[in-house]
Amino acid sequence: MEEKVLIVRYGEIAMRGNNRKLFVTRLVNAIRKNLDDMGDYYVVREQGRLIVEDRGGEMDFDKVIPRVVCILGITGVCPALKTTEQDIENIKKVCEQHINEIGIDDYKTFKVETKRSDKRYPLGSREVSAAVGEYILEKFPQLTVDVHEPDLTVNVELRNDAYIYSKLIKGFGGLPVGSSGKGIAMLSGGIDSPVAAFMMAKRGVEVEGVYFNSPPYTSERAKQKVVDLAERLSVFTGGFKLYVVPFTDLQLYLLDNVPHDKLTIFLKRAMTRVACTLGERDEALAVITGDSVGQVASQTMQGLHAISAAATMPILRPLAGFDKQEIVDIARKIGTFDISIRPYEDCCTIFVAKHPETKPKTSIIEKIESKLTELDKYLEEAIENTEVIEL
Amino acid sequence: MIYFDNAATTRALDEVADKVKYMLLENFGNPSSQNMAGVNAENEVIKARKIIAASINAEPDEIYFTSGGTESDNWAIFGTAKGYIRSGKHMITTAIEHPAVLQPMRELEKNGWDITILGVDEKGYINIDELKAAIREDTVLVSTILINNETGTIQNAEEISKAIKSVNPHTLYHVDAVQAYGKYPINVKKMGIDMLSVSGHKVHGPKGIGFFYMKKGLKVKPIIFGGGHERGQRSGTENTPSIVGLAEAVKIDMAEMDKAVEHVKLVKKTLAEGILNSIPMTYINGPSIEEGSPYVLNIGFEGLRSEVLLHSLEEKEIYVSAGSACNSKKKGASTVLSALGIDEKRIEGAIRFSFCRYNTVEEAEQCIEILKEKAAFLRKYMR
Repeated sequence: MEEKVLIVRYGEIAMRGNNRKLFVTRLVNAIRKNLDDMGDYYVVREQGRLIVEDRGGEMDFDKVIPRVVCILGITGVCPALKTTEQDIENIKKVCEQHINEIGIDDYKTFKVETKRSDKRYPLGSREVSAAVGEYILEKFPQLTVDVHEPDLTVNVELRNDAYIYSKLIKGFGGLPVGSSGKGIAMLSGGIDSPVAAFMMAKRGVEVEGVYFNSPPYTSERAKQKVVDLAERLSVFTGGFKLYVVPFTDLQLYLLDNVPHDKLTIFLKRAMTRVACTLGERDEALAVITGDSVGQVASQTMQGLHAISAAATMPILRPLAGFDKQEIVDIARKIGTFDISIRPYEDCCTIFVAKHPETKPKTSIIEKIESKLTELDKYLEEAIENTEVIEL
Repeated sequence: MIYFDNAATTRALDEVADKVKYMLLENFGNPSSQNMAGVNAENEVIKARKIIAASINAEPDEIYFTSGGTESDNWAIFGTAKGYIRSGKHMITTAIEHPAVLQPMRELEKNGWDITILGVDEKGYINIDELKAAIREDTVLVSTILINNETGTIQNAEEISKAIKSVNPHTLYHVDAVQAYGKYPINVKKMGIDMLSVSGHKVHGPKGIGFFYMKKGLKVKPIIFGGGHERGQRSGTENTPSIVGLAEAVKIDMAEMDKAVEHVKLVKKTLAEGILNSIPMTYINGPSIEEGSPYVLNIGFEGLRSEVLLHSLEEKEIYVSAGSACNSKKKGASTVLSALGIDEKRIEGAIRFSFCRYNTVEEAEQCIEILKEKAAFLRKYMR
């Protein structure tokens, strides 16, 4: 009996140590979550691999692969045929079936590669390869053998069951989510911040998000946009926690009490404080932002210095050295671009000065801020009324 | 909730919902079927067509059910283009049309048609002499909006028709009556209208239904082909629940229209005068309170951004439309208000209130109070 399964490979190096089991469990959960609405899928742990099986019928690779290969920590997936009968005659037949399914129009040369982790198997790897290769030559006379640079490599893996496959679809790789601790990303709804969150997630950081909501200056749809971005990010990570912080009152307080040309700096410092406080509660170790040096007035080196000084944990800025186009390219690749360009106002731009300060001095900013007697009250209020959305 | 966004859509009447449900669950036959279930459904459609024909003084066989205003407008333009291409390749419309008219015209333009777009004055009226001057021997269609959706400007359709026919009796006249139907008396014969577009959900009917009036004997071609429904002119199984629902809405709308108009006038007047008298730096966009449609009121709040005002009213469950969709990245100023020559700064603070007969004077009064408070608060922070 043979069936279509998906072999999932993950980065072995990241899997060292005691946490290995936990990371594998996270991957399994992420795969299950992404496939949940599509049918009856099971994820089986094999040595160093995960096997996705469709218990509801024949697996539709076109539907399943995109949902799995995007999960961070996965290096690649192989659509395969699995068979429980491992005798060499059956293996040959299954290989033939596999080649028929993938079609040979694109191929002239091939080789067979066998891995045998079941050492009780009566034939050695080379013998299996030779026997299968001979059979393929006989059945598909248009193919010839080339062991050095074949167009097609038919892989035979003999484990508890046998797996036949020939294609590897590459994933993003990276480290499994959570293997590097937690971070809290500030999401504005723009193009950059989801890319920054993705970049850190790719390095194994479990990312949660925080969005600052300023009704009536920002709309319900602007908030929905960020929720949609968070949902998109959750596809890569197997889940995403989003904080929505009501920020209108604080923003108006700042507008009333700080020099207008420096408003954005104060605003971003306040946001940074909120992100740090929310992050600390969840044992996050860093704040993540989409800042790219020099992109807007508050992203000058001076601006970033003045903002960073308000943080109580490190701020990771994975896009600091990226050009806009480089960021856009990634945003398109990860499917956040089309969401980010929906035309709704975000809270940073609504009261922005015509000529904002580009070279703020941290000491001056801090001096002004020390006179904002009610700032802490507004910060506490904002944090207290924060809404949590689990995606 | 105070719903002042009736030009966007209206709440369906309970009677309409009942009819729709009846047609979905009990009288669900296909009018094209030969069996009794089909006949029963067909009879309802026949009745509906009569009610609707009578509402504009047309014959039942001049009424075609469509998916709504957009389809009807498209039909008028593309159907005329196909049927009359031998007479010419020129059409005329106005700068304050709905996109459902303007965009099809733009499509024709890409295919070599000549399109004239008439400007309007500061109240939104076209100039009849300008129209006459624009009509040529090869002009096959003039299309004008009867009541404008943003300003409530009412064009004089009868005068326009006379002007068209006086210059070129072969030129057809299409009227987009989506915002006028059920709120303003329409008599296609008296007004000299050749084609008319109507949408159901603007008059307390279901969404996804509308009708197209086409005068008998025109060579306007169909734009949707298939099983030959609607006398071969508009294929697709009749949307019987929505057709019957629409007719129910029309029946009630027509019976109440005169009374409703008087009532809505009062709501509008209360709101408009209340705002103008108690909130500084406000003014009417488009025609005066009495001159424009009672169902639409466009007010500019200078120094405010309409989107922000809209969202702050939304906090109090008052629903209105913004005259423009502005944000820092893209200016989406209303093309209609721009066509009236209103400057961009003023358009930025334009709010459209649109009414129905179920709105009350009390709602208007409540709205004024909240507007006063919100406008004062928001103005404090506008820089």
